[in-house]
Amino acid sequence: MGDFQIDDTVDITDVVCPVTFVKAKVALEELDDGQILAIRMNDGEPVQNVPRSIKEEGHQILKLNANEDGTYTLIVKKVEEE
Amino acid sequence: MAEVDYSTLKKGGFMRQKQKDNFSLRLAVVGGTLTAENLKKIAEVAEKYGDGHVHLTSRQGVEIPFIKLQDIDEVKEELAKGDCKPGVCGPRVRTVTACQGNQICPSGNIDTYDIAQKLNDRYFGRELPHKFKFGVTGCQNNCLKAEENDVGIKGALDVKWKQEACINCGLCAKVCRSNAITIEDGKVVVDYDKCNYCGRCVKSCPTDAWDAESAYLVSFGGTFGNAISKGEYPLPLITSEEQLFRVTDAAIQFFDDYANPSERFKFTLDRVGREEFYKRLKEAYNG
Ligand code: HEM
Ligand code: SF4
Ligand code: SF4
Ligand code: SF4
Repeated sequence: MGDFQIDDTVDITDVVCPVTFVKAKVALEELDDGQILAIRMNDGEPVQNVPRSIKEEGHQILKLNANEDGTYTLIVKKVEEE
Repeated sequence: MAEVDYSTLKKGGFMRQKQKDNFSLRLAVVGGTLTAENLKKIAEVAEKYGDGHVHLTSRQGVEIPFIKLQDIDEVKEELAKGDCKPGVCGPRVRTVTACQGNQICPSGNIDTYDIAQKLNDRYFGRELPHKFKFGVTGCQNNCLKAEENDVGIKGALDVKWKQEACINCGLCAKVCRSNAITIEDGKVVVDYDKCNYCGRCVKSCPTDAWDAESAYLVSFGGTFGNAISKGEYPLPLITSEEQLFRVTDAAIQFFDDYANPSERFKFTLDRVGREEFYKRLKEAYNG
């Protein structure tokens, strides 16, 4: 994960869809344009849906890392709307 | 009172109710879409000529019950002012149904409403040996339940990976429910024998590293009334609108030519045999 300077981290493994996305969205809202968020999420529904929703909101996905415990960490760069 | 020609009334969308001289008026709806203007007029007519309620049918139709026999002509004129047209019943092409498709729904692979309108222009009301139903659903989520129709159209994406844009995040392989994607040495490989063209890989990809073209999967011979049977998919992916309409033309013509009166498409296919039908379809598919 060393390639990116992570500004903040949010863990959404404690919630289920659709609150997963809401929690990630709220965390993104607290960042400034261009800052980078790491989102830890569960396999299954979250990893199938959350990255796509974040992409559709206009943010830039940099990477998806598979963690040893079966969760995933999505690295997202916040893109502020003009 | 004058002789009532029920078959003409039925053709014009007037369904006889159990209450004497009362009719439930079916309106034409394409792809589940009505304008606010249509709805205002429907509400007005239901209050003035009906009993103040409307019924939403299982196939996206609207019916205004309790229209009195003597008001029928007036009601038709009134509805026409709100740009509402009567629907159809009986042995002909019925309401073309559709989900919201890619103009609204993030999962949509095709413009379902546009396809529904084109099908409607082509076939709506065409007289046939029995009723004939089209349904259009935007993707594999199948909210519109394509296979319960005589002809069901399902939106698909014809996907091809673009190496130069890929950042190797691995998401496409994760979201593919058909396990059609493997990533080897940074190369995304799609097994097209497994791929069902759902488009989830494309929609998840952070860098749009895919060429994706709208396409269609079409099922034939579904029926969900007294007999229940889902439509089958004899053809490979259909990749253009022109090809789609060649295939639907061939299907409806086959039904017109071979069906007995009051025989649904599935039973025609069972009786005549699917090989002959599939042969015609393939000819239409190949142009
Ligand atoms: C038990 C608590 C909560 C439940 C059940 C809940 C449920 C929901 C649901 C179902 C949505 C719609 C999501 C969608 O459109 O897919 C939503 C949206 C939203 N919620 Fe909550 N929520 C809860 C608490 C909160 C809290 C505490 C916050 C903020 C601190 C919050 C912020 C939001 C925001 C910002 C949206 C809009 C998301 C969007 O724009 O799509 N929610 N919530
Ligand atoms: S079938 Fe697909 S496109 Fe249509 S409404 Fe459902 S999810 Fe959306
Ligand atoms: S279109 Fe659907 S089934 Fe085909 S590779 Fe992409 S995700 Fe898998
Ligand atoms: S989702 Fe896109 S960027 Fe990620 S591996 Fe697949 S094709 Fe490459």
